[in-house]
Amino acid sequence: MFVLVVGGGKVGYYLAKELIESNHEVVVMEKDRARAAQITDEIGSIVVAQDGCEGKYLGEAGCARADIVAAVTGDDEDNLVICQMAKHHFDVRRTIARVNNPKNEDLFRHLGVDEIISPTRMILGSIEQDIPVHELLHLGGLGGSELEIIEAHLQDGSPAIGRTTGELSIPEGCSLFAVVRDGVASPLRPDTVLRSGDKVIAIGRADCEAKLHEQLIGSEPEALRPGL
Amino acid sequence: MKIVIVGCGRVGAALAESFDALGNEVIIIDITTRAFDRLSDEFRGSAIRGDGTDEDVLRRAGAEGADVFLAFTEGDNRNVMAAQVAAENLGAARVIAKINDPVRAAAYSDLGIATICRTTMQSDAVHLYLGLPTSDMPGVIAPTGRHHGGEHHEPVRPAAGGTEA
Repeated sequence: MFVLVVGGGKVGYYLAKELIESNHEVVVMEKDRARAAQITDEIGSIVVAQDGCEGKYLGEAGCARADIVAAVTGDDEDNLVICQMAKHHFDVRRTIARVNNPKNEDLFRHLGVDEIISPTRMILGSIEQDIPVHELLHLGGLGGSELEIIEAHLQDGSPAIGRTTGELSIPEGCSLFAVVRDGVASPLRPDTVLRSGDKVIAIGRADCEAKLHEQLIGSEPEALRPGL
Repeated sequence: MKIVIVGCGRVGAALAESFDALGNEVIIIDITTRAFDRLSDEFRGSAIRGDGTDEDVLRRAGAEGADVFLAFTEGDNRNVMAAQVAAENLGAARVIAKINDPVRAAAYSDLGIATICRTTMQSDAVHLYLGLPTSDMPGVIAPTGRHHGGEHHEPVRPAAGGTEA
């Protein structure tokens, strides 16, 4: 297969190297001449030292006969334009874009980019699996005192769900005062039945936190696994 | 009319002021606050610092449902992206992107974005002044294709400049 790789940074470089090892035909476009020369030294004369966003140079690099165009520069807007030019101007069957801002993924897909690779999303996904989401959130301190305003996001598995606030054993010196449900904040009454998805707002001293956690979130969360 | 301009360079600032003077609602966005120094004290529109290719920034700036959206930053690709975000996601009625690469300018008007190409315009102006033939390209190239929803779009065959190696 003939793969046109646009962007000769670390991703483009290793991509080209791996593809060549698997006997594919590869051309790399890298507009920075010094970087282009460096890649040429290391993997041979497969580099076109031109800007892959320019229609003229895409054509010269053989875009029209490419089976796949992979746009892997560090700039989302460049990767979008490269894929759109390849797709609509050169009729390339398959285009792949690296996307840095996860919010651009849908737009790219909608605008016809065939495959989207989002390193940010992948790393994010990996981090989120390891961070306990059932946490108490500190909203801030109450000026001039030791009191803190704390938010507890109730999720399935919380011992407080289905119970009224009166049934919970809330530690001394701590008070639950409001609940945010479907974006609406209401005062908490002793007979308010808590539901999954509720955000309970409390005021209390920092040393109430463990007990509050146990009542609203459940047992202590696992600490972050070391080495991640 | 509600007019949104991304890029407060010489052209962006001049357009912002003239649209404002004509009584339009003008929102101008630039990634650096310094760029707004170009605006005169008489300018009554909003000047907002932010990345004009970022949909969230554009929404917060109030760009949704603009009658006119102009992408006039220094980067062709930033303009292309901002223009497409506006056309596809923010319901902008008329969108113009400044694209200085003539090949890209023609390609994007085929894709349904009106484009304006400084290279072609200046070269034509010089030719005209010297009495030489011009490209006959209009200053703003109107969209020739429908703006697309991915698979429904017909690919455009290589046109002038899109030559094979």
